[in-house]
Amino acid sequence: MTDKRAETEQLAKVWDNPRGWRALSDVNNSIIGLWYFAAAFAFMLFAGALALIIRVQLFVPDNTLVTSEFYSQVFTLHGTVMMFLFAVPIFEAVAILILPGMLGARDLPFPRLSAFGFWCYLIGGVFVCGSIFFNSAPDAGWFMYPPLSTEQSGIGADIWLLGLSFIEVASIAAAVELIVGVLKCRAPGMHINLTPLYGWYVLVVGGMILFAFPPLIAGDILFELERLLDWPFFDVTRGGDPLLWQHLFWIFGHPEVYIIFLPAIALLAMIVPTFAQREITGYSWIVLSALGTGFLSFGLWVHHMFTTGLPSVSLGFFSAASEAVAVPTGIQIFAFIATVMLGSVVRSVPMLFCLGALAVFIIGGLTGVMVAVAPFDFQVHDTYFIVAHLHYTLIGGMLFPVMAGICYYYPLIMGKELSRAYGIWSFWLMLIGFNMAFLPMHLTGMLGMPRRVFTYGADRGWTELNMISSVGAFIFAAGFLLLIWDCVRPKRHQKQVRRNVWNAGTLEWAARFGNSWGMRSIPEVNSRYPLWDDKDFLRKIDEGEGLLADAKEGRRETLVTSVLDAQPIQVLRVGTPSWLPMIAAAGLGCVFIFMTFKWWLPMGLGAVIFLSAVLRWLWTGSAEIPEKETKDIGGGKHIPLYVSGYKSTGWWAMFITMTGDLTAFLALLFGYFFFWTIHPDFPPPGIDGPGWFWPAIAGVFILCAWGLTLGARLVNAAGRPGLARLFLALGWLAALAGGLGLMAGPWTTGLDPTAHAYPAIVWALVIWILAHLATGMLMQGYGFARLLYGKATPTHDADLWNIALYWHFAAFSGVLAAVVIGGFPYLT
Amino acid sequence: MLHPAGEDAAAVANLFWVMAAGTVVIWLIVMGITVYAVLGKKRPKTERFADRFILVGGVAFPTVTLAALLIFGLALLPDWVRTDRPDLRVHVTAEQYWWRVAYEMPDGSLVNSANELHLPAGQTAEFVLNSTDVIHSFWIPNLGGKMDVIPGRTNLWRLRPTDTGVFRGVCAEFCGPSHALMAFPVVVHEPSGFTTWLAGEATAAEERAGHALFISAGCGACHAVRGTSAGGAVGPDLTHFASRRTMAAGTLPISAENLQSWLIDPSHHKPDVRMPGYASLDAAERDALVSYLLDLK
Repeated sequence: MTDKRAETEQLAKVWDNPRGWRALSDVNNSIIGLWYFAAAFAFMLFAGALALIIRVQLFVPDNTLVTSEFYSQVFTLHGTVMMFLFAVPIFEAVAILILPGMLGARDLPFPRLSAFGFWCYLIGGVFVCGSIFFNSAPDAGWFMYPPLSTEQSGIGADIWLLGLSFIEVASIAAAVELIVGVLKCRAPGMHINLTPLYGWYVLVVGGMILFAFPPLIAGDILFELERLLDWPFFDVTRGGDPLLWQHLFWIFGHPEVYIIFLPAIALLAMIVPTFAQREITGYSWIVLSALGTGFLSFGLWVHHMFTTGLPSVSLGFFSAASEAVAVPTGIQIFAFIATVMLGSVVRSVPMLFCLGALAVFIIGGLTGVMVAVAPFDFQVHDTYFIVAHLHYTLIGGMLFPVMAGICYYYPLIMGKELSRAYGIWSFWLMLIGFNMAFLPMHLTGMLGMPRRVFTYGADRGWTELNMISSVGAFIFAAGFLLLIWDCVRPKRHQKQVRRNVWNAGTLEWAARFGNSWGMRSIPEVNSRYPLWDDKDFLRKIDEGEGLLADAKEGRRETLVTSVLDAQPIQVLRVGTPSWLPMIAAAGLGCVFIFMTFKWWLPMGLGAVIFLSAVLRWLWTGSAEIPEKETKDIGGGKHIPLYVSGYKSTGWWAMFITMTGDLTAFLALLFGYFFFWTIHPDFPPPGIDGPGWFWPAIAGVFILCAWGLTLGARLVNAAGRPGLARLFLALGWLAALAGGLGLMAGPWTTGLDPTAHAYPAIVWALVIWILAHLATGMLMQGYGFARLLYGKATPTHDADLWNIALYWHFAAFSGVLAAVVIGGFPYLT
Repeated sequence: MLHPAGEDAAAVANLFWVMAAGTVVIWLIVMGITVYAVLGKKRPKTERFADRFILVGGVAFPTVTLAALLIFGLALLPDWVRTDRPDLRVHVTAEQYWWRVAYEMPDGSLVNSANELHLPAGQTAEFVLNSTDVIHSFWIPNLGGKMDVIPGRTNLWRLRPTDTGVFRGVCAEFCGPSHALMAFPVVVHEPSGFTTWLAGEATAAEERAGHALFISAGCGACHAVRGTSAGGAVGPDLTHFASRRTMAAGTLPISAENLQSWLIDPSHHKPDVRMPGYASLDAAERDALVSYLLDLK
């Protein structure tokens, strides 16, 4: 027994959170998750305060409380902050906080990446929000339509573009982390079909982020190139088209809605079974619907553009697709109701919020069905009807479920209980206030009130409706604040809640409060609700009968399992507290923030800091060769400490990242072909393409660079690390030649990117590939150095696998770009 | 749109009431089932029931309802390839923050006007929509749906007013600080009344007292008063300014007082407006200008 106690103490010591000012260097999911959560709510309160300014301004007609210019900043920031700094990050916050526990992992696979994402998010968020205090916030609406936003003077639009691009980095980092977490860090035995529904939703949403955010990043790049260097992507006088931005924005923007909605529904999928005291019905239905929703959400974007003058056939198609998404949504809702019906409900505050979410969201869903019918949308588009609709979906589909989640998980995270009375009061205030604020807006919109108007005349007949809405907004805010107060008020005298206070059946409730390392030992899981199905489950965990019950080597370790059947394949040593993620984020922050002000020198300095920090982080903290090959994790299992290739989490992270990266490249290519479709002559008369010669040369060299990099991995695995180094060096030279060749095409033919959208998009593609070749060369150099210093060897070659994987994608993009810019002009 | 005075608006209002009724019924049913699921005494308890429940509620019902709705709703889609000539064609150009309007006469010539739209009841009007700066959106809620006005593109949009009266059109896409102040009165006449009105609008103004001042103060560089030497094409045509219902694109009623105040500082009434202020004119000159403008019937 003392052995067991020593083990527990060792675990506690290894996983101990740093204290004092060093606490800021923490990377553990239980801490980063909380920081994320607190930051998301701080931004939410800020954006909520902006919303109240809007409601006060509209309380009476012809109000002069704020100026039109300020009002534009207020509603732009309200939308931007709510969407980018609250709705998406709250998903990341909750997932980082509870997902590892749910899967039976000690931490996420890349804790330092979580920390890096958090610091990016915080720095970028403060930068974007802070701009309003200097009267320089973005002010063209949260979807920033050019040419209004491209022609604006001042730095508002740049703050939006660069600040948010920076935050998107955080979102993608979290998506990579969470997808790998769900795929590779489940407890042994937790087959993919035993994964808690929350895990499935995280998987779907992570995937959606990877395909939805990159088009926006591509759009941001084009946008910023136009603002910074006058490349006319959206300028009609020089062959651009503002609709390209709308397509790229909404290809992101519509999935974004489901990226927000699905994780919240995922919380319901965890809460409802607990309070129905039975397992969820229709598990497979729900998983398939989540996948279906994710898939369909990429085919709906045009319904934001019904009034731009598209042909009827597009309208019909996108109307139908928009209606179709109601089916998977309906299945999920009915599965929850069926679960409640088959179980017996324990009345509680979280359940109250779940029911409120349902009542509110269904209204939003039904008005969504209405606006999906294009002729109806012609009337209500850009009016308060849409404002009402989107708030019903977002508040019913996201905020209420998140409130339910807060009430549900508070005892698990904080070890204390929330007040039931406060919860009930808060719920009714929020429900009544919300409906009072937003139900009348449907009518206001149909009576002709467009959105984003800072004033209206008394003769419009909108006065009373707006007054009701404004009062409702304040009641809603009061309810929200009440719950926040309940969360943050001191509870020193309250005793700690008992374990698994709601009698839930899922794994996260097996943890004891205050352990940053999750469970005492990692159990084998063979049911969806192990705490219900195995009465002995907790005892086995607590007495260390599960796996990985010790941390003898003094390292933070978690189990990596196979994707489908969750067989243990590696003991992964995860990152420990470090300042590097914060320094890297600060460096990257300098790049984005100083670019806004066009301060090139500090920006370059930031880039150097960022790169140095990342390289040091990788060099010292990744693919480390362990002191022994395997570790005894208990139960007679000896599991490797080092794996490479597709068994390793690093390979998956690279694969997932590059999938997103490829999507961004394809979005740029979409831009190229979009310009082709709108111009009768493409390339335009008088402008010659880059010719076929240089792109062909570039393509060949890029292929060589790829072949040599792949060859380096193969010859290294065959026991010839020296030859591998030579291959990498030659590959580096080939990549350099490829890059120069690609640049030579448009350079020698004198393509002027400011003259027309065609040369601009060619150059944008070239720059994209150049950046990727440069990164690839950095990686080749890194691999070379790893081999040279013995950090990578023929048997420990994870670095080379990952570099080769990067080059598969980079070479594919590079060759595709060369073929398109070199070959396509000859086809048309 | 709930007080339709045009064919499209009426059809959509009708569509709305059908959908709204459906929405209320569906919401009540789903919430009723939910309450029953929570509180009901004799609830079904089998997995088989649950599967059927999900299948019927989540798949069958929405599929059937939505298919019906789509057929019903999309039948209202305008047919944009139609080639039949409209009864009237009006060129509308949206600019920050006003509307350039030009009526196409049977001989193809254009009659320029601004910030007010006149239409004949019972006839189909086609709007040729262009923008010179940013994206705007052309919307007359009582008559029908809206259409975006996008630089570099010409969007066509047809409306068929049925009732006579004065309505209000607005810009529906955020276009800058004075987006809220970019409106236009829409006057729907009987066809004969419209013909008379258009004939009047087509006439030129005469040079009269104040014209010299209008030119010397620089007004004519931006504004046209047809029939005089004021031929500016930057701002709204003012030939029949005083016969309009509003000034500054639906922002203020026309009055000597409002005109005075506008001339002194237009951006006080309309932030970011392109017109400069004329506070430098002395009071007598401003009075003269105002009375000149009020004479432009």
